[in-house]
Order: sequence, then structure tokens, then C-alpha cells
Amino acid sequence: MARVDRIAEPWGTRTPYGTGGDWPVRVDTHLAEGVAPEDVDRWVQTASLLHSNGDAMDIAVKDHRIVGVRGRAVDRVNHGRLGPKDLYGWQANASPDRLTKPLIRESGKLVETDWDTAMQRIVDKSKALLAEQGASALGFYTTGQLFSEEYYTLGTLAHGGIGTNHVDGNTRLCTATAGEALKESFGCDGQPGSYTDVDHADVIALYGHNVAETQTVLWTRMLDRLAGPNPPKIICVDPRMTPVARAATVHLAPRPGTNVALMNGILHEIITNGWVDREYIEAHTVGYPELEKEVRNYPPALVAEICGVPAEQITEAAGIVGHAERLLSTVLQGFYQSNQATAAAVQVNNVNIIRGMLGKPGCGILQMNGQPTAENTRECGADGDLAAFRNWSNDAHIQDLARVWNIDPMSIPHYSPPTHVMQMMRYAEDGSIRMLWVSGTNPAVSLPELARIRGILEQDRLFLVVQDIFLSETAQLADVVLPAATWGEKTGTFTNADRTVHLAERAVDPPGEARPDLEIFIDYAHRMGLQDKDGRPLIKWHDPESAFEAWKECTRGRPCDYTGITYDKLRGGSGIQWPCNEENPDGTERIYADGKFWAHPEYCETYGRDLITGAPVDPTEYKALNPEGKAIIKAAEYMPPHELPSQDFPFQLITGRTLYQFHTRTKTGRTPELQAAAPDVWVELSADDAGAYGIAEGDLAEVETPRGAVRARVRISGIRNGVLFLPFHYGYWDTKGGHQPDGPGRAANELTITDWDAASKQPIFKTAAARITRISGGDGPSPAPTTTASAPAGEFAEGARTKGILSALADESMDAAGGAR
Amino acid sequence: MKFGLVLEEMHRSENDLAHHLLVISERHKVDHEIYHLARDLARWSQQHVRDIADIAKNYGQDLDPEPRGEAGLMETIREKGSEMMGRRPETGMMLLRDLRELYLKACGVSADWELLAQAAQGMKDKNLLALAEKCHPQTIRQMKWANGKLKESATQILVS
Repeated sequence: MARVDRIAEPWGTRTPYGTGGDWPVRVDTHLAEGVAPEDVDRWVQTASLLHSNGDAMDIAVKDHRIVGVRGRAVDRVNHGRLGPKDLYGWQANASPDRLTKPLIRESGKLVETDWDTAMQRIVDKSKALLAEQGASALGFYTTGQLFSEEYYTLGTLAHGGIGTNHVDGNTRLCTATAGEALKESFGCDGQPGSYTDVDHADVIALYGHNVAETQTVLWTRMLDRLAGPNPPKIICVDPRMTPVARAATVHLAPRPGTNVALMNGILHEIITNGWVDREYIEAHTVGYPELEKEVRNYPPALVAEICGVPAEQITEAAGIVGHAERLLSTVLQGFYQSNQATAAAVQVNNVNIIRGMLGKPGCGILQMNGQPTAENTRECGADGDLAAFRNWSNDAHIQDLARVWNIDPMSIPHYSPPTHVMQMMRYAEDGSIRMLWVSGTNPAVSLPELARIRGILEQDRLFLVVQDIFLSETAQLADVVLPAATWGEKTGTFTNADRTVHLAERAVDPPGEARPDLEIFIDYAHRMGLQDKDGRPLIKWHDPESAFEAWKECTRGRPCDYTGITYDKLRGGSGIQWPCNEENPDGTERIYADGKFWAHPEYCETYGRDLITGAPVDPTEYKALNPEGKAIIKAAEYMPPHELPSQDFPFQLITGRTLYQFHTRTKTGRTPELQAAAPDVWVELSADDAGAYGIAEGDLAEVETPRGAVRARVRISGIRNGVLFLPFHYGYWDTKGGHQPDGPGRAANELTITDWDAASKQPIFKTAAARITRISGGDGPSPAPTTTASAPAGEFAEGARTKGILSALADESMDAAGGAR
Repeated sequence: MKFGLVLEEMHRSENDLAHHLLVISERHKVDHEIYHLARDLARWSQQHVRDIADIAKNYGQDLDPEPRGEAGLMETIREKGSEMMGRRPETGMMLLRDLRELYLKACGVSADWELLAQAAQGMKDKNLLALAEKCHPQTIRQMKWANGKLKESATQILVS
């Protein structure tokens, strides 16, 4: 057993393995100071809720308190490993500032109250609005961190009970494009890849996917392949010098906002050189001629000019991808939160499709998720999609859903695509949404153009309900605050990016009067008197397991079929990949293995959208294009970003997630080891730009866009010239400002533009035009970590290296559980 | 030959469509998707204007290759107006009216491209036919966008 500082060594010790081999087990454990494994009363099964990898772990319980975590050796996802957020993040559950009682606004102030009073206030408001205006007055905005059972309940009560079309999750900000890109190419959501593809791939291409920081354990798997025999080649597309870029065979650092041009350039090379699988294209796809025609316009020389990338690099990358025998492609926010998000992500799908690289070991696409339960919002219909991937523009699907819920089909809003959160904010702004129920998310920090968002949420005419575990920036603006239970305090299931379903069990009681989100939603549905058409309660379940059983019924016969999974089957063993049903009792590792897709006009989740205008494709048009349900190859032309650098704002600003913090630091900011590793906001710029502007490492600088200003200490990093980076985690809850800046701002979203991808409706956080001004000198390096993409550009002093505080030591055991899996 | 008149009409209607897209964009600046998309789509029509003027030379027509200019002052006034009016419910009705008009204008241009393509075939002018084949699909996408936005916005605006 080794003791490792996992802040300084985020990926831990290498366990190399070769192509097609088994990834060795390494069990990571972190227990509270003074607690030994033998002191633990119980180990309770769960999985990580602080990123999307789905790391399975056990919670250590002693004297009814959580005292640590240990990775699950038997799990297919992590083989016992845990990332820094997993190892330390659990401590936030026990923070003294947890919400323990409901709060209501009285004479402008939030005061404590009891559950009856708080819920009655919400119910009275809901009923009054329904009577006066109807369901269009009510909106629900949830998170990417609840459980399936909770999302399904919320989706059912909102769509089937209240009858509102205004339901979305903050997965809109992180993974809406993943879902949309899969729908556009395959007619349905669902990942064609599996994490085990890492074991087999000879080329791994990561597009805007800084996996080293967003999914540390998946990167550990890649690092172990890189350290073993026959390492895969890595292609990295990222304007920053990320750990992935450092390990890459080819690192392309395009100008922000030009991903479609870059992908078209790569496709141009692949097609021109004939590196395509003609037979596969012929048998299993439609739309190839349009792609051929479109990418003809993107020779490497032209693309090099648009993207600011050497043409030779584009040719080299295309050659590697074009000659790959087992190609794994992954995509994340660098594409999803940028200009032409869906169009770019779809072009990645096209690479694998035209090369016939689907459904075989090592050949996969992972349109990644940023959050642990993002997939579940999409499946369960809590992000606007209809439950179990039903198609809102297919009347038979609506009737089927109405049958499951035992209600009239007319009660389910399906007159137009579901309202996405940015549009909901617009409706709240124009006064037509008058009650907004926010659960488990913090729009006052996480949405673009914060001054505008604060202005909307602060309106007197908007009744704001916030359900959370802390008094977040958003909760501070609420009319009613409901204290929720969190991970470790409630039971439920969730699904990671490769369709693996895990069970998370309740280990301890929530603090004070805090309640599981499931209980809160069920309570609301009952108090509202929501009924089916026989006068029985619409929500017929009462606890997590009965909610799961109801959800399973809803998925029967749909792509995300859960009917073969039970809580008992998930207990003790490893996660299970859907579809899991009678035909696939142990789950399904690879979908689309036989070149069959879920794209048939009668079965598909969507008929798709125009990649540029976002206009929905007409059902008749879809049927004509794809009568047999093949994979759909969609081409797209490059369109420049909506805000380009100018004389006043010469830089491009990108924002993003970093290794030690998550979201708006609700939990990670309350975790000593993580908070110490990345305590404050910083801004990154290149050495050339720093020289040109006379800015030095650690100086205080102001970053401005047409929307606002943020002050941060400067890190001179390996970022592309002309580009600035701000981490998006830092808001105001731990500052004097409370919910807003007190003096200069520090939330990256003060600066971002209100603009979104027309197809996926995902906000664009990565192409604002900006300027930077030096304010004053610093007294040392910036607070940015040195272990990640924010590593200093040149040599730096040993003392400046990011290290953990004393309690950061964690255990690593290579022989745990005999390597059994 | 009446064909010159068709080109002239085409040039005028594309100019008009581009202009209308820009006006809608400015008038609904607080509806961000409308604002950005209408500007993107106006660029298609502006390019069509240039292409038509270019090809019209072959038919002895002298059409202005520069798309109709935008008055800077009016633009600012419309955008400011949008920001000031953004919190009032009446803007919704104006949006529906504007989208409806846009849809009809785009339908008209689409019909014009049909006429032009038919004439091109009659005259065996490959370049002209190629132009219609390039531009017409974009007009249809403009049409579908207007129709889609109309459908998407109508319920909330009309029942709230």
C-alpha cells in the first residue's frame, strides 16, 4: 500500500498494460484523519457525483457519519481508482453551513419556516398562476446531479401533470450538444462507445476534451495505455496546452470558434485520400454525397488560414485518423460550448462513420457528458426531451407516453420543441414565465452574461423557488428555499457517459430537516392534486425503488431499456450498461455493433434539425431521406463566430472547468484539500501576449468584454496566442458580495455572451471578444494550479509546484481484492 | 426576352429579404437566437445579391452588386428600442408579425428561384442553373427557419 499526495499527483501511480489487456486494479482510499479501515462501521455502495466518469466507490460510515471513500475494485468503469474530487469531495456534505430548514421571503428577507408553510406557499402560487395564465407561466430548471428516479418524477409531474413545456436541466450547459449530435447522426441519443475502447484503440482522438481534468480516472486509463506496450497515438484538439496536448502525437490548437472548418479539413483529407470504408457507407448510411461535396471546399491550406493551424498538422492528424485500425473519438466542451457546437460534434461522428469505426472493440464515439447524471436528464425527460427518448413530433410516441402515465395525450405539451433554459430566461424576462423552480443548480453564476441573469432572477414579478443544499448565489434571490439532501444521504441510480448504470445508496441521514429531492417532488405533486385520467394520483410511487420500477416501465421497448435492471442486481456487483432487458440480461457493451441504428422513422427520438438554422426537420422529409433508419451523415459549412476580435477587444476569451473544482464550487469550495489547490480565479495568457502587454506572472489584470469585467491574477501558460482563459468556478457566495460582485467581478460569466448553438441550444461560452489590462504587480505566482493545463509556460520554482495540504495523502493498493473484477 | 425582368425582380427581392432579416435582428435584439441567426441568414441573401448582379452582366443588366446598405442610426435606434421594450409583453406580438412577414418574403424568393431555374433550363445556361441550385436551398432554409421560429414562439406568446 502506498500513500500518495493526490493533489500533487492527480492521476496517481501508473499500472501499465498493453493493447486488449485488462486494466489492472488499483484501489484508492481516503479516510478522515485518525480513522483506520478497521474502524469503519459500514461500507455503503455508490458512485461519484462530482464529474461524469461514473467512478464506483464505497462510502465509509462510522458513528452515523461519512468518514471516507474507497474505490470499487469490481467496477467496470474505474477498477478501484478514484480522482481527487472523489477522494476529498465527500467532506462538503458535513459543512456547517448546509441548509437545514426551509426558508421563505418575508419583508424582503429570507427567514426560517417549516415544510408545510414553504410548500403551501409554492402550491398556492402554482395554482393561482395555473388559474390565471395556465401552464405557460411555470418553468422548471433542474441540474445534472439528481438521480433518475428524481428526474423521472420531475419530468412526469411537469410534462404530464402541470402540462408545461418549460422543463430543462443545466445539462443544457454541458451536454446538450452531446445528445443533439448523437440524435443528428443516429436518430437517437445513446453512446456508441464504451470506456473499454480505451483498452483496444490504436488511435484516440480527443476533440475539445480535456479528459485529464474533467474525467481524471478515464485519463488514468489512457495514461496506463500510454505507459504500456503498443501505446495508442493521441490526437488532441485544444487551444490550451492541456495534459492531453502534452501527451499527444499531434496537438492542433485552432483559433476558438473554428472547429467546423478544422473538422471539414480533416474529413477533406480522409475522403480525398480514399481512407473510407465504402462498403460500410453503402450498407449503413445516408447522406455521404453531400459530405463529399461540402468538404471539397476545405483543403488544408484554406483550413490552416481559418483555424490558424499549420496545414501540415492538419494533414498529419488526418493521416493518423485515416490509417487508424481501431479509432476512439471523444468530444467535450471545447466543441460543445463553442461556435457551431452541434455541426462540429456531428463531423466527429462522420469521421467514425465513414471509416466504418463503430460497434467493434476500440472503435467508438464518446460524445461525453460534463456531469455525472447528464445522461439521466436526457433519458428521463427532465431536460425537455420526452421520457425514454420518445419523439415529441411523433404522435404515436406521445400516445404511448400518455398510456404509460394514464393521461390524455393532449395533456402532454408537444406542439413545439421543449423550451431550453436560455429561452426560459427570456420568457422570465418578458414576464410570461412567472414562477421558476430551480433545483440543484446555480444559474446566477453558471449562465452567460450574469448582470442580465441577476436582473431577471431579481424581478419582483418572478416567483423563484430554489431547492439546494447550500444558500447558493441563486438561493439568495429566491422567494422560497427548500433544503435538499444530497449524495450519500439518499438513494437512487444514475448513468455515466458510456451507459453504465450505478446505484447510489443512502449512507447517513441528511442534516436537520433536509429532504431527498424525490420526496420534495412527490410531496409537491400530491399537494397540487395532480391526477391521472381515472382520478388516481399521477405519481404512483413513493420511494426510490418504486420510482425506479415506474421508470423501468416507461423505458420498455425504447433504446434506453432498463427493464432488466433491479436495485438488487446493481447491489454488490458492478455497474450495468443499458439496454438491459430480456434479450440482453447483463446489459450491452456496444450498441450499433451490427450497423443497425435506432433511426427508423417510427422509432427514432427525433427527425433532426438543420445544423445551421436549427429548424426542425419535417417528418415527411425525414422519412424520404432515411426510410430504413440508417446512420445519417450530415455536412455543414463553416460560419464565423458571432463575436469576433476587434481593435477594442483584440483577444478571444474561453472559459472552462479545471481539475480541482466543480461547477460553482458548491461542494469543492468547501473541501479543504481541493479549495487549497485552486483557491481563487486566475486568467491565462500566452508568453508572447504577456510580453506584448507588459504583463508578468502573478500581476493583477482586468479582463473585459462588452458585457462586464473580471479581475484575476495572471498565469502565463501554454495557451494559444490571442486567447485568454478563465476558469468558470468562482462566484460570490464566499465573498462579501453574497450573490453579486462587491467591487470588481470574479465570475467568468460576467463576460460571456448570450448566444447559443441553434441546433442543441447549448450556450456558447468560448468565443467572446475580450481585452486585458494590467492593474498592478503581484507578490508571487498566480493561484492557478501547476499540475494541469494552467501549468506555467516555462520553468518554475519547486516551491511554486501545486502540492496537497497534510490531509491530502490517500492510499493506493495494487493488490486489493486480488484484482478480481 | 422578359428574362432581364426576372433577374431584376430577383435582385430586388433578395435585397429586400436581407434587409428584412437585419431589421428583425435589430428589432428583437433581446431575443438572442433571432438576433444572431437573422444576421447569419441575411448574409446568405446578401451573397445572393452579389451573385445575381454578377451573372446579370451576361444578360446586359447593370445591377448593383452591393447589397442594400444599413443606416447606422436606424440600426442603433432599433436595437436600443428593443432593449428598452424587452420586458414588455407587446414585443411578442411584434415578433410573430415580423416572423410571419419574413416567412412570406422567403416563400416569394423561393418562387423566384423556381422561375429562374426554369428559365435557365430553357436557355440551357449551366452557370445560371448552378447559381439557382446553390442559392435556392439556402432560401428554403431561411423559410423553414422562419416557420420553425413562428411555431416555436406562438404558443407562449398567444396563451400567456
